[in-house]
Amino acid sequence: MQYKDPRLLVQPSPLLKQQMTTHQTMRDLLFALLPVTFAGIWLFGFSALLVILASILGAVATEWLFSPAEQRAARLVDGSGVLTGLLLGLTLPPALPLWMAFLGGVVSVGIGKLIWGGLGQNLFNPALVGRAFLLATFPNAMTTWSTQASGEGFFQWYPSNFALPFMQPHYDAVSTATPLGLMKFEQQSTALPDLVLGNTAGCIGETSGLLLLAGGVFLVLRRDIDWRIPAGVLLSAAIFSGVLYAIDTSHYPDPLFTLFSGGLLLAAFYMATDPVTSPLTPRGAWIFAVGIGLLVVLIRIFGGFPEGVMYAILLMNAATPLIDRYTQPRVFGKE
Amino acid sequence: MKPQTQQTVNATEPGSMRLVATLGFAGLLSGLIIVSVFEATLPTITAYKARILQEAVFKVLPGSTRLQRLAYRKDKLAVVEEVGKEEEFVFGGYNSEGALVGYAIPGSGPGFQDIISLLYGYLPRQRKVVGMEILESRETPGLGDKIYKDAAFVANFDALSIDPEIVAVKRGSKSAPNEVDAITGATISSKAVVRIINQANQQWLQRLQIQQGE
Amino acid sequence: MPEKKQDTYQEFIKGLWRDNPVFVQVLGMCPMLAVTNSAVNALVMGGATFFVLVASSFFVSSLKNWIPKQVRISTYIIIIATFVTVTDFTLQALMPVVHKELGAFIPLIVANCMILGRQEAFASRNSVRLAVVDALGMASGFLFALFSLGAVREILGEGALFGFKLFSDDFEPWVIMILPPGGFITLGLLLLLFNWLKERKDRLVAQLDEMEIEPRFRS
Repeated sequence: MQYKDPRLLVQPSPLLKQQMTTHQTMRDLLFALLPVTFAGIWLFGFSALLVILASILGAVATEWLFSPAEQRAARLVDGSGVLTGLLLGLTLPPALPLWMAFLGGVVSVGIGKLIWGGLGQNLFNPALVGRAFLLATFPNAMTTWSTQASGEGFFQWYPSNFALPFMQPHYDAVSTATPLGLMKFEQQSTALPDLVLGNTAGCIGETSGLLLLAGGVFLVLRRDIDWRIPAGVLLSAAIFSGVLYAIDTSHYPDPLFTLFSGGLLLAAFYMATDPVTSPLTPRGAWIFAVGIGLLVVLIRIFGGFPEGVMYAILLMNAATPLIDRYTQPRVFGKE
Repeated sequence: MKPQTQQTVNATEPGSMRLVATLGFAGLLSGLIIVSVFEATLPTITAYKARILQEAVFKVLPGSTRLQRLAYRKDKLAVVEEVGKEEEFVFGGYNSEGALVGYAIPGSGPGFQDIISLLYGYLPRQRKVVGMEILESRETPGLGDKIYKDAAFVANFDALSIDPEIVAVKRGSKSAPNEVDAITGATISSKAVVRIINQANQQWLQRLQIQQGE
Repeated sequence: MPEKKQDTYQEFIKGLWRDNPVFVQVLGMCPMLAVTNSAVNALVMGGATFFVLVASSFFVSSLKNWIPKQVRISTYIIIIATFVTVTDFTLQALMPVVHKELGAFIPLIVANCMILGRQEAFASRNSVRLAVVDALGMASGFLFALFSLGAVREILGEGALFGFKLFSDDFEPWVIMILPPGGFITLGLLLLLFNWLKERKDRLVAQLDEMEIEPRFRS
């Protein structure tokens, strides 16, 4: 902000400023996601990079197009558009047509954020809004998982990436099932080392559990995210699935599988913790996180979809204003 | 708004007889109009419904050109003109020489969204299902509605053995004559169709077999 | 108030655009969202509503002096319901395929608050001529709104308009557009568009005012 006369500066509290700014938090998040992004590109090849770029391009272009001219520069610099696009890109299957990824970016920022009034006003996590839209719109393309390129196929891309806008993708026959799909439809578990290292099919950024965990710990240590949320999500999911596993080991997956399969780690550290769409108070954060953990296991095991992280977070996002209301700290001295 | 009109209405407060008379007259007039329109449109509507049904029966029973309603009365099938409300019935399809081709059996049951009702053709001698037509369904557009839009799925029922019971299997893995390739992404709807036919089979096969024996 | 040509035109155009029942008054949302998954369904629904609204407005306006105000709402409903039932049977006889698609939503026209609203707010207080013009305007506005929503949803959801394929067979349908969420999203975006157009126009009018130029068409 520009002050006309710097000798007289009147502003409301807090007068003591912290070093942390939106800009900085966004940069930290982007840094924390870099290893995962590179791992995704390494595992799924050049195509993954293109999908991520398309979704970032969609997000940033929408941000630019629908921002008032005088705010454009500031909004692009704060990095939230890039972050939304990157998060969305990481939750997409690598062989998705680029035009769908672009559309996802447009919907994420347009319907997920700008319609609500821009950064800080949205009720739902923008990246997940985009993903939910894509899943409901293109159910086939969004659930066709390609086998990994793993190094040797790095420069071979999936022909389906280059489907013309509005046209169907054509897949070559190498599609496969995700660990969660295998568990749900064939009752087949995947070895833990594969899950931790990321040698499985799935979304671009969800497979390498170890790197997600590392990036998440970095964010918690930098205090960019509230540690209670990932802790609550992971603990409640592990405990709930542990209880089910204890009841019937042949039907239900073990807790470690629950934690490392699908997008649970990615979502727990990078999406559920979005400060705009999660509760403000510590108590609220716990309720929010435990809600997500329980819903994830509930949807995965008893629902129609193999993966439930996205819907779990969106549902709890909707409950956030309510949680905030009931966990408001009492004013000192009042009943 | 004109305040003057408001006042004139207020000045003449009508008695309750007048109110009842107005409503009664309006209702009477409305009833008259509705009945006459109903009478005027009824023949077209019934004719259309009959035609749709006939087309469905001829479609699921290739070779048939004439149909008869057969109700199950007193432990045997009887040709009837009108079927009672609670009565169970099938359609008999006959070819141009008047010989019985097979039966078209109606069935219904819960799908993914709402009740699915369908009609399928059955040849008692070969013990085979030879055609299936969805009469009504509200399955998800783009996924569940493939149970009638996907020609490959409907073709599953063109020559389907019913012994043992029909089963839905993952698309592409059909290996036995009693198996149906389910639709990818609409497993629940596909299984619902199979379940409906199996249920109707349980209800009818025995009865139709007896009929054949006579 | 003397009825001039200008009035007639104004009453008609307000329903079509300025006070559009859907985009401005946000009325009649039930059929709006439920049956607009294809252009044909939207048009037939719009046409049915059109007939019911115009016929009801005509009768209500002509009978307004005989209807005691204590029972006016019930009488309006009887009049509306009569025309709805007539429409229901007629459609069933003439367009059975579309009628099956629209299903329960034809009888539900009777509960369309836009229709009752027009009777109460306009037809019962104005001359038959103005009432019919107003109904024509409102019904056309409703038809226009239903059609725009239905066309957008069918084009994106099926790649077709009135059942004619607009794209090659390779078109990837946007499944969500045929499902209820697609109706909500499209309606929201159309409302956005309308409000944006209105705001832009208001700003323009304000600018003209500042420049002290009398705009010829200020509505």
